[in-house]
Amino acid sequence: MSVLRQPVTSADHIRGSPNAPVTMVEYGDYECPFCGLAHPIVKQVQKHFGEELRFVFRHFPLTQVHPHAQTAAETAEFAGAHGQFWRMHDGLFQNQRSLGAPLYFALAASLDLPEDELRVALETGVYAPKVKSDFIGGVRSGVNGTPCFFIDGRRHNGSYDFEELASAVDAALQQARAAI
Amino acid sequence: MAQLIASGTKAPEFTLHVTPDQNLSLGDLAGKPVIIAFYPADWSPVCGDQLALYNELLPEFRRHEAELVGISVDGVWCHDAYAQHRNLHFPLLADFHPKGAVAQSYGAYREREGVCERALFVIDGRGVIFWRYCSPIAVNPGADGILDALERLSKEESNSVSAATTGHVG
Repeated sequence: MSVLRQPVTSADHIRGSPNAPVTMVEYGDYECPFCGLAHPIVKQVQKHFGEELRFVFRHFPLTQVHPHAQTAAETAEFAGAHGQFWRMHDGLFQNQRSLGAPLYFALAASLDLPEDELRVALETGVYAPKVKSDFIGGVRSGVNGTPCFFIDGRRHNGSYDFEELASAVDAALQQARAAI
Repeated sequence: MAQLIASGTKAPEFTLHVTPDQNLSLGDLAGKPVIIAFYPADWSPVCGDQLALYNELLPEFRRHEAELVGISVDGVWCHDAYAQHRNLHFPLLADFHPKGAVAQSYGAYREREGVCERALFVIDGRGVIFWRYCSPIAVNPGADGILDALERLSKEESNSVSAATTGHVG
């Protein structure tokens, strides 16, 4: 069974309560249509569990099949460096069909992020090492495609519809409670 | 599931078409680790994901100086179209005639379906099988096993080099 080899740290993008008893990590690609489908479901699962679940997103761009995946991930990292990772993340998934520089700049502008800095960041690949490190960490943890979820460190091998994800989180929650 | 040949045995030599007018032999790659990914078929959904992942990992494999080849029973023209469509940057070898003969020599042929197993081999620079893994046919095995094996192989090789050096000096 595949387990998450890279523990969640402060370098990660975390949504939800830092003290939540259960952690769900997603390895995803902004250009992957399945990740696009999973995006609202993940939000629904988070809403359902509230304070009891924290969500972590890590990059897993398949750049040879998804030509915009890398720049989209770097744009999200750029926004993250300005404290706006999640709004950019949502914006990228919600506009998945129009990924590319014009969208990145429009989203940056809507978040009051400096366009010229984003341009330089993308040109010089400042955030490329972070994206690569997410990707390699994912590969080493057995990620074989996207989206790939780990719930409390164990790979979720079921589907990512609401019922299956929620029941996996629920099982982890029961375990966490039993351990207290 | 077929029985893959064991680690520690000499990897069977092969020469297969890599393009309509070019062949590749295992011997051509001697001296470097070789990763062989046997897979059932071009264009099938699981194979697509698996090979796309390996394609993405080529720089990582190269860091270990390893060469990757994919092998299926599809013909050269099929491989050619598939590699172009998916932007694959590693050779796909056609185990096409006699069909599946190379896969058979590695114990990685599914006689009933007439396709290769989804089997992975890491072969060391001397042509000996270092690690192998046969995945259930519908499951993408990912690359963690390959990278773990390449790391262990690098470690063992550097250990044996330093042991040899010590021996020589002593």
